[in-house]
Amino acid sequence: MSTLSSVITAGFDVEKIREDFPVLKQTIHGKPLVYLDSAATAQKPTAVVDAIRKFHEVDCANIHRGVHELSQRSTAAYEEARAKAKRFVNSKSTNELIFIRGATEGINLVASSWGRKNVTVGDEIVISAMEHHSNIVPWQMLCEEKGARLRVIPMNDRGELLLEEYEKLLNPRTRMVAVTHVSNALGTINPVKQIIEMAHQAGALTLIDGAQAVPHMQVDVQALDADFYTFSGHKLVGPTGIGFLYGKTALLNAMPPYQGGGDMIKVVTFEKTTYADLPYKFEAGTPNIAGGIGLGAAFDYVNAIGLEKIAAYEHELLLYGTEILSRIPGLRIIGTAREKAAVLSFVMEGIHPHDIGTVLDRQGIAVRTGHHCAQPVMDWFHVPATTRASLAFYNTAGEIDALAAGLGKVKEIFS
Amino acid sequence: MIDDLYQETILDHSKHPRNCHAMNDANRNAEGYNPLCGDKLKLYVKMEGDVVKDASFQGSGCAISTASASLMTESLKGKTRDEALKLLEKFHNLLTTDTPVTKDLGKLVVFCGVRDYPARVKCATLAWHTLKSALDGVAEPVTTEEFE
Repeated sequence: MSTLSSVITAGFDVEKIREDFPVLKQTIHGKPLVYLDSAATAQKPTAVVDAIRKFHEVDCANIHRGVHELSQRSTAAYEEARAKAKRFVNSKSTNELIFIRGATEGINLVASSWGRKNVTVGDEIVISAMEHHSNIVPWQMLCEEKGARLRVIPMNDRGELLLEEYEKLLNPRTRMVAVTHVSNALGTINPVKQIIEMAHQAGALTLIDGAQAVPHMQVDVQALDADFYTFSGHKLVGPTGIGFLYGKTALLNAMPPYQGGGDMIKVVTFEKTTYADLPYKFEAGTPNIAGGIGLGAAFDYVNAIGLEKIAAYEHELLLYGTEILSRIPGLRIIGTAREKAAVLSFVMEGIHPHDIGTVLDRQGIAVRTGHHCAQPVMDWFHVPATTRASLAFYNTAGEIDALAAGLGKVKEIFS
Repeated sequence: MIDDLYQETILDHSKHPRNCHAMNDANRNAEGYNPLCGDKLKLYVKMEGDVVKDASFQGSGCAISTASASLMTESLKGKTRDEALKLLEKFHNLLTTDTPVTKDLGKLVVFCGVRDYPARVKCATLAWHTLKSALDGVAEPVTTEEFE
């Protein structure tokens, strides 16, 4: 496609980028690996792997309060990752960024700490119809405990939230609006700035699940005016088990700690404990230091390419993939929002996604099949499951062609 | 080879499942669910004394689970409860161990390819575990997560 090659010639050298990802240079069942599962987890560039190795080989020590050289080095590297996160999502201060295991923990932290203190019987929490289970279940648990009510913003058949219905849900009892920035199952990019503004007008707070957004677009938490924003490092070419929760300082200060333990205290006696200042109040115990340092390297790596270029290239891939898949008879794309990230979820008439996934795997093509931790989304579209090809900036148009050829083989077997 | 998994008999039974209907006079029913892929299965068994007189199923699933339910209901007819449970055990071994394929499995040997696809074993065993709960008279739907 000419539009695609024009982006490549405009400075996006995907072949050079692929050199940074050793994992991509392998064969699976005798075929070149075609990795189309980056929405589940992104592959890691050498720079990230090297940063983690360097920590273990050269700088390994526990962080904070160490007077020895190694501890100072590891503390500096770990805290540098927080500073990089601040620049990456443009928070006002590093104190507003809490290291967490991933977006799931970020949501649980807010539901548990903020929610238990501020939500009472008869209050309402608003989520959307396209949430990942991680942005449903913690709120459900909170509502059950407090006698609060969980309300759901519906969507249309393109997979776009109905803002006029959302407007009707908002009322003085609404305490929190928790929605995803980008849907993992559909690819929909939600108008979160508007969603936040509407919530604020109703006097409610907001939490944005940015797990699928941060790797693919510039996010500015101050411009969005999000109260909480959370994301995972591993979807951003960083390691698993590390991520960030952003929260406005005043909110975080007013919240009780999430977990108790070392590192989150100022003074401990058997009578009373005073808690540490932000962000450490929410960081009990030895954290995933190597993960934090790896994520710091991931920020650097992505910055060096540029999120704007990444977003533009991935959008071209999405358009190309959408066109190619739409040509396949009997294939239906699930999630056709006008604002969409590079996720291609689809079903094929008479063929179960599990069988599609197995046949593709034998051709070296990695896709995800199932409900994508979004069972209510599947129910809404009346499908038990979908096949999902999710793209990243290291994917190529050729790999989309390979997917199309693979689906040809699927049809050959099952029709 | 992918053809070792999707053998002709499996494809045939997945496209044209046998005994795929409700049964009003069934005296044993059970539901099975695989939360991993969303496969749901309802099984109907008619026992006369200790013997399976008839068996049928309804549900939505992948080719492997549909073919497995289809072939299972075929192979059950005329078997005693003990014989059915014995067959379940042999079928399970066929999928999960390297034991040599034995003749007494009949048509069910077409599932031997599944052992090379560990992610698909639960698809093939869903119907059989649902059968066990039907024979045991378990009221709650059985899920593949409960299998040992």
